[in-house]
Amino acid sequence: MSETLLSVRDLSVEFSTYGRTNKVLHNVSLDVPAHSQVALVGESGSGKTVTMKAIMGLLREPPARITSGRILYDGADLLTMPAAERLKLRGTAMSMVFQDPMSSLNPVFTIGDQMGTILKYADKRLGRGRGRSERMARVHEVLEQVRMRDPERVTQSYPIQLSGGMRQRILIAMALLSEPKLLIADEPGTALDVTTQAQILKLLKDLVEARGLALLMITHNLGVVRETSNHVYVMNKGVVVEQGPTSQIFDAPKDDYTRGLIAAVPRLTGGMRFGQAEVTR
Amino acid sequence: MTAPMLEIRNLRKFFPIRNAFGRHTGDVRAVDDVSFSIERGAVYGLAGESGSGKSTIARMIMGLETPTSGEILIDGESIASSFGTRAHGKKVQMVFQNPGSSLNPRRTVGQSVAVPLDAHGHPAKDRARRISELLDMVQLPPNFAERFPHELSGGQKQRVAIARALAVAPKLVVLDEPTSALDVSVQARVIDLLVDLGRKLDLTFLFISHDLSLMRNFAGRVGILYRGKIVETGPTADVFVNPQHDYTRLLLASVPVISAEEEAMRPKIPLIDGEIPTAEKLIEIRALNTKNSFNEEQPG
Repeated sequence: MSETLLSVRDLSVEFSTYGRTNKVLHNVSLDVPAHSQVALVGESGSGKTVTMKAIMGLLREPPARITSGRILYDGADLLTMPAAERLKLRGTAMSMVFQDPMSSLNPVFTIGDQMGTILKYADKRLGRGRGRSERMARVHEVLEQVRMRDPERVTQSYPIQLSGGMRQRILIAMALLSEPKLLIADEPGTALDVTTQAQILKLLKDLVEARGLALLMITHNLGVVRETSNHVYVMNKGVVVEQGPTSQIFDAPKDDYTRGLIAAVPRLTGGMRFGQAEVTR
Repeated sequence: MTAPMLEIRNLRKFFPIRNAFGRHTGDVRAVDDVSFSIERGAVYGLAGESGSGKSTIARMIMGLETPTSGEILIDGESIASSFGTRAHGKKVQMVFQNPGSSLNPRRTVGQSVAVPLDAHGHPAKDRARRISELLDMVQLPPNFAERFPHELSGGQKQRVAIARALAVAPKLVVLDEPTSALDVSVQARVIDLLVDLGRKLDLTFLFISHDLSLMRNFAGRVGILYRGKIVETGPTADVFVNPQHDYTRLLLASVPVISAEEEAMRPKIPLIDGEIPTAEKLIEIRALNTKNSFNEEQPG
């Protein structure tokens, strides 16, 4: 049994807007062991993104409020540690691969500028000194890791000069810059064509395996879950309704919601019967 | 033998490329010699990735774009004469991808559904009755007519969009990615509804999507579009079980699946430098190696 890198315990979050309070997470617990690939799956409104934001410290408080629970990274509680300590972990020990390669990159700076800046501030937080040329060397190294063919040219490009797939690769490269142990991927590749998405998922999987990273994949796509993870947490309405090894969840789901979700996915083999029953709302 | 509901013959749409001086220097061949037909009451799936020309084809069928050459026949009649007219709108209607942006946020559901009714001269006295009839068809309660889009869920909005498309009782409905903005469980119910309506109202569907798993379960025949050309077409089961074109194979191999049976069905694509090749690369390599050496299945 490998040690647990990230552990969320009984996390509850509520949002207060216009005097009304909505509880959106109810005692969510999940574990990401080191070197493992874990998926958090749910439909819109299930609370998967709120969970991710709470882990990364991206919740805006208020309106959000964490009412209970702990988030442990390597045994230390992220919620009680001093802000400066937490900042040292964010983007360095744990980093995020964002979903939308169009809006996550700044259109007026070159890729090299943006990646260099990320590295500069990561170094600063960790109290590391590194010169510009050293930083660029690291940028090139990471771009090669995400199999960009011509890192020199890419660093000098602006985001619009790159295809969607290349931009998604850049976002992965950015997450890898300061050698994190944990990658949190929020629907990577969903904005892309299927063939490009397949390439991105393969790349992500290869990187995670080759570099011994832990991956927390947040997605609504059950196919993506099956392709990229070995353990799954299924969320619905702010509650983890079922969890288990990926194969077990797909072969023998226990929870009704999970069962319904799996049944709703159209299969490549066909056989789904539509329009059979009069639909009940 | 009746004519097919929709017949497309050698359809082309080129967009000119002009240089800085406005001089015509070439063409983007968005749709390049596409032919297919849909039988009455059938569902034809058009699959392709971004830039394949699927939306341009839909726009031409809708009369929103003039073809460079070729013919579009709806119910045996060329649409060239009725291009962009009310008569054309009566035959074919469209359901768009994102109901959040295709419904006017300042109109109630009833007002949105009434737009095509008024435009096509539906008697005003009968309007309210027809609106609740349409809402009933898409399984929404009549009081939804008073609601605004922001009060509805994604699935409900898409039902309203379907009701609006059906308002003038078209024979052909173009569905442009009708469920890609919806959750899977909602998607299943919307497709259920479409199949049900298709049968009851004798509708013919042109279903445009990049979701091959959904297409397998919904469309009777499919055409695979790649760079403006249909590279493969046939009954859905045949194309999916025994894909002939490299691009179809690559597309199928790329679909994330949820069962071992599906995984076994996906073609194996050889990796190049440890990566899944792009379509261009795969086709290029195939052109170089016309010999079957490349054809040997390797674990992907």
